[in-house]
Amino acid sequence: MSQTKITVRDFDFYYGSAKVLHGITLDVPENQVTALIGPSGCGKSTFVRSINRMNDIIPEAHGEGTILIDGKNVYGRETDVVSLRRRVGMVFQKSNPFPKSIFDNVAYGLRINGRKTKRDIEQIVEKSLTRAALWDEVKDRLNGSAFALSGGQQQRLCIARALAVDPEILLMDEPASALDPIATTKIEELIYELKSNYTIVIVTHNMQQAARVSDQTAFFMLGKLVEVSDTKTIFMNPKEKMTEDYVTGRFG
Amino acid sequence: MQRHFDRDIEEIKELLLRMGGMVEQQMGDSVRALLDRDTDLAQHVIERDRDIDQMELVIDQKTIELMAVMQPAASDLRFVATIMKINPELERIADLAQDVCERAIELNREPALKPISQLPLLADHAQRMVREALDSFVRGDVELARNVIRQDDVVDQLTEDSFRSLLTYMLENPRNIASAIRLTFIGKYFERMADNATNICEMVVYLVEGKMIKHTPLQ
Repeated sequence: MSQTKITVRDFDFYYGSAKVLHGITLDVPENQVTALIGPSGCGKSTFVRSINRMNDIIPEAHGEGTILIDGKNVYGRETDVVSLRRRVGMVFQKSNPFPKSIFDNVAYGLRINGRKTKRDIEQIVEKSLTRAALWDEVKDRLNGSAFALSGGQQQRLCIARALAVDPEILLMDEPASALDPIATTKIEELIYELKSNYTIVIVTHNMQQAARVSDQTAFFMLGKLVEVSDTKTIFMNPKEKMTEDYVTGRFG
Repeated sequence: MQRHFDRDIEEIKELLLRMGGMVEQQMGDSVRALLDRDTDLAQHVIERDRDIDQMELVIDQKTIELMAVMQPAASDLRFVATIMKINPELERIADLAQDVCERAIELNREPALKPISQLPLLADHAQRMVREALDSFVRGDVELARNVIRQDDVVDQLTEDSFRSLLTYMLENPRNIASAIRLTFIGKYFERMADNATNICEMVVYLVEGKMIKHTPLQ
């Protein structure tokens, strides 16, 4: 059994007076992949963005309840949001490289985060690109623009950029939904590789993807967590009728 | 919401039930051919086995297509897995009915043995188990499925009893040996059919409850 990395208890979230998450209680095990599935608007993205307080930038939005990482309250007064986001990296649906070179994209976080030598930065950039399974494809053009890369490569670059600052948790919000099947497979393989070093939470609309990459799956519906279980159970024999209807495509 | 997938599932289910009907008919005819010493009927059963083999291939093909295209999950996945497991069980029962007929034809070339009471009983039991196994599948009736599984012990006992009676015939007169051995085989064939029915019922429990009860004693 893995240790719990993220502990969520009775977590509610509001946009103004609209309550969009209702009493979420969930344990995310360390070094495993947890997939969040559910129909559009069910709150899975809001939930994942609550973990590294990305929602803080939305005016009028606030959360209630508890989210702990290694037992420490994410929403506690003493929590430094910048260092929280260094520990909890994020990859989005649309790859969003900076208008810089491939090298500078990965080095960016390192440079703003601390005083590292040029040699250190070079090593970390190589290591991060290697971990993101991109090094071999870009090692001869590190100074070329990140925009010259294909969509799948850009997404892996964003993963490398997230890995460079050495996070413990990776949040992925539909990281492969804009990619073709080959690029998707590469991202999925990458997720599988990465989980030995990182705790991963992935939001996906693609249920087969959730089935393929995750150890645990949580099904959200209308802002509530309907069922969470090991992925095999969710896809072979879910307990809740609502989960069954969703994974078999009977909704509507 | 009615899904395209539901229609595909219905179609496969119908095919499987049609095959089930054919298998029951083969079983019934094999018993009649044996008891009535009807070589023509036995021959007919043997010829019809090809249709069932063909049916098995069609169902396999359609189920594999469904998996490839629809990538089923949860109860859909269990349904597809159940069909993949039940289909060969049915085909096997039909093969055994064919085996009964082959032995029946051989028996008809020899003088009839004194009838033994356990064999018709055994055949009757096996037939009922197959019928009820199919019923339990159609209705998703796990209670009936578990009942059928329990009956397997009765069939095992009847097989053993019929073997003992046949052994007595063999000891009484060595000229009975050839026919008695053939009848012993036939007893075994019916016992196997009952085993196939049991396997079908185990899959019905899996389909409905998601539990694999194979190789675990019933409570």
